Amino acid sequence: MSNQDIDKQEYNITIYTENQVGLLNRIAIIFTRRKINIDSLNTSPSEIESIHRFNVVITESEEVVRKLTRQIEKQVEVLKVYYHTNEDVIWQELALYKVSTDVIAEKVSVERLLRENGARAVVIRKDYTVFETTGHREETDNLINILQPYGLIEFVRSARVAIIKDSEGFNSKLREFERLEPGEEVIENEYLNKGAKVFTM
Amino acid sequence: MEVAQQEILTPAATKETTKISGSVALLEALIAEGVDTIFGYPGGAIMPIYDALYDYNEKLNHVLVRHEQGGTHAGQGYARTSGKVGVVFATSGPGATNLVTGLADAQIDSTPLVCITGQVFAHLLGTDAFQETDVINITTPVTKWNYQVTDANEIPEVIAKAFYIAKSGRPGPVLIDITKNAQIQLFDYEGYTKCDHIRSYRPKPIVRPQYIEQAATLINQAKKPFILFGQGILLGSAEQEFKAFVEKSGIPAAWTILGAGAIPTDHPLNVGMLGMHGNYGPNVLTNDCDVLIAIGMRFDDRVTGRLDKYAKQAKVIHLDIDPAEIDKNVKSTVPVWGDCKETLPLLTALIEEKQHTEWVKLFNEYTQKEVDAVIHKELNPTEGEMTMGEVIKQLNDLTKGEAVIVTDVGQHQMVACRYAQFNKTRSNVTSGGLGTMGFALPAAIGAKYGAQDRTVVAIIGDGGFQMTCQELGTIMQTGVDVKIIILNNRFLGMVRQWQELFNERRYSFVDIQSPDFVALAAAYRIPGKCIAEREDLQGALKEMLDNKGSFLLEVMVTKENNVFPMVPQGCSVSEIRLK
Repeated sequence: MSNQDIDKQEYNITIYTENQVGLLNRIAIIFTRRKINIDSLNTSPSEIESIHRFNVVITESEEVVRKLTRQIEKQVEVLKVYYHTNEDVIWQELALYKVSTDVIAEKVSVERLLRENGARAVVIRKDYTVFETTGHREETDNLINILQPYGLIEFVRSARVAIIKDSEGFNSKLREFERLEPGEEVIENEYLNKGAKVFTM
Repeated sequence: MEVAQQEILTPAATKETTKISGSVALLEALIAEGVDTIFGYPGGAIMPIYDALYDYNEKLNHVLVRHEQGGTHAGQGYARTSGKVGVVFATSGPGATNLVTGLADAQIDSTPLVCITGQVFAHLLGTDAFQETDVINITTPVTKWNYQVTDANEIPEVIAKAFYIAKSGRPGPVLIDITKNAQIQLFDYEGYTKCDHIRSYRPKPIVRPQYIEQAATLINQAKKPFILFGQGILLGSAEQEFKAFVEKSGIPAAWTILGAGAIPTDHPLNVGMLGMHGNYGPNVLTNDCDVLIAIGMRFDDRVTGRLDKYAKQAKVIHLDIDPAEIDKNVKSTVPVWGDCKETLPLLTALIEEKQHTEWVKLFNEYTQKEVDAVIHKELNPTEGEMTMGEVIKQLNDLTKGEAVIVTDVGQHQMVACRYAQFNKTRSNVTSGGLGTMGFALPAAIGAKYGAQDRTVVAIIGDGGFQMTCQELGTIMQTGVDVKIIILNNRFLGMVRQWQELFNERRYSFVDIQSPDFVALAAAYRIPGKCIAEREDLQGALKEMLDNKGSFLLEVMVTKENNVFPMVPQGCSVSEIRLK
């Protein structure tokens, strides 16, 4: 493993954008141009009307991630980009599992396993039942392994969504963006604001 | 592009109603933005716009190019000399895909362009309709912004945004794809309002006094400070501010290829060109300076050579309008974000007036070494075949450094940029970042439209000329006055040079044959001359410059000349070779 690989870890990149056709591609190619794989990608309307929030997960060094965020923020329809390590966010993925209803009805142990893993039934039909869990990757993975011996019919998992621990949301920021001359905190990247102590002679 | 037989012809916009067509709204928007010249090529999907243009002939000068790529390069040349936005029209499909090279060139060289492409009817999108191509997705990586219009009501606002985005902040190309139905569609036109704010777009970062102060302290304490300047000064129209900064600080300054001319070539503190084929002193002393002040440049790999051996001893002050450039290639000690037109005067106010006499003298000593080893024999040969350098020198003598020099890509480009004299800003038009062969001829046409009172000289190699020589047709038809010098070494010279130096002279497909260029020009009714003797050079250049209208001068130069100095790829700038 090279030094670069050791520096790599999962980063959660949060992107606030206008709702615009083609923007997904414009953002995606910033990663693909550098041959960086996107581990997870979620895009959805944010709490603010007309503003979308992307959540992108990649495994890279901080230096690479910092450069990427600047390239993304440079795009005309991108308002703001943040990046955080897993420690800095609360994150969840949602998973759905389809299992034969007969198996569950017959085997009491399955019901107990599902309960232990925090799964809840979403749909119960004669032929199959769909369970749902949310959690980290290893948690949703774990339930796959548990259900596999009982004939897991189908499985699907969502992209990651992440809430930033140290964030006051985007509402007040957006109002700043709408002004012709916003405050400096809004339009410059945090890492540079914090990086003011680099100066020595 | 050819028009399909079954294309529907559109009626001209009806003038008796308050409604206007999308096409007319587009042209009104261009006029409101101060556009005077359009470079374009019609075709099926853009016919309604061309139909509207028929009535706007007196307000908008449309230059019919011979290939859409030529349109983009002409737009770039126009933008570079005029400082305005270049405007290009092309049809859908192949017309639009032909724009891609020019868009990529404009993107990497921060040239403001607005390209309008026609597109198939909205209801045909995604059906593989005739001349349909996914222009938005093809051009996304090579545009600052692009947008597809499917409803005429959007046109005024979208065009306003396009111009604002293309020219503000770090400029770049914008492409607007307009479906044919939107071009035809009549809508209630409420006039045109220019755009000056997009909430998600910040063209300029806020200038932070603390960084200006830190930068000034570094500069005031420096013993061997060195300025690197790039096109940012031209793009920010900050030539005066830059000159004031250089002269007060007394710091030697070297330029990137696109920064040439930001300060006159013969200014005593202009120490020359940076990079792979730049001057000796600026390259070597990059690794000797204590404070490096980079202004409006992006530390391209052709400038830095090997990055891990680049100016490691120096504190780096980086002034740039684009936050993404800060720390991208070279880590800065003090990042001075902002438009250099604003930041430079603030910095100049805080620095002490100084003269770094000994340090500047060191640059001059390196210059003398370079003159002795390379420059003198390149510019003043007395025997053997002509060199590229002596052609440039003779041209300098005749134009007195007042001409716009447009270059293509390769050996002649490096020689021309190294030796051409630039008294004025916006005089050097070349393809820097992308290195697009075929750039010069169409760019020279645009450059002349952008600077009609100036002499425009295109200097092109025999290889590059053959990539876009069909634009001689544009020169013929418009009568635009472009002087063309072909420096013919009967090789793809730069590749040949690398093959000689690094591939044991295995000359793989660099031996290019050319047509009779003078006869080719004559076929387009452009006068020309071919010379091979030194004694004819001055007279021929004079004849070219004195000719009313375009002229093609082919100069046969020595076949296997190499451009030196050279920083071999993978080497540090201080390992620059003089031979």
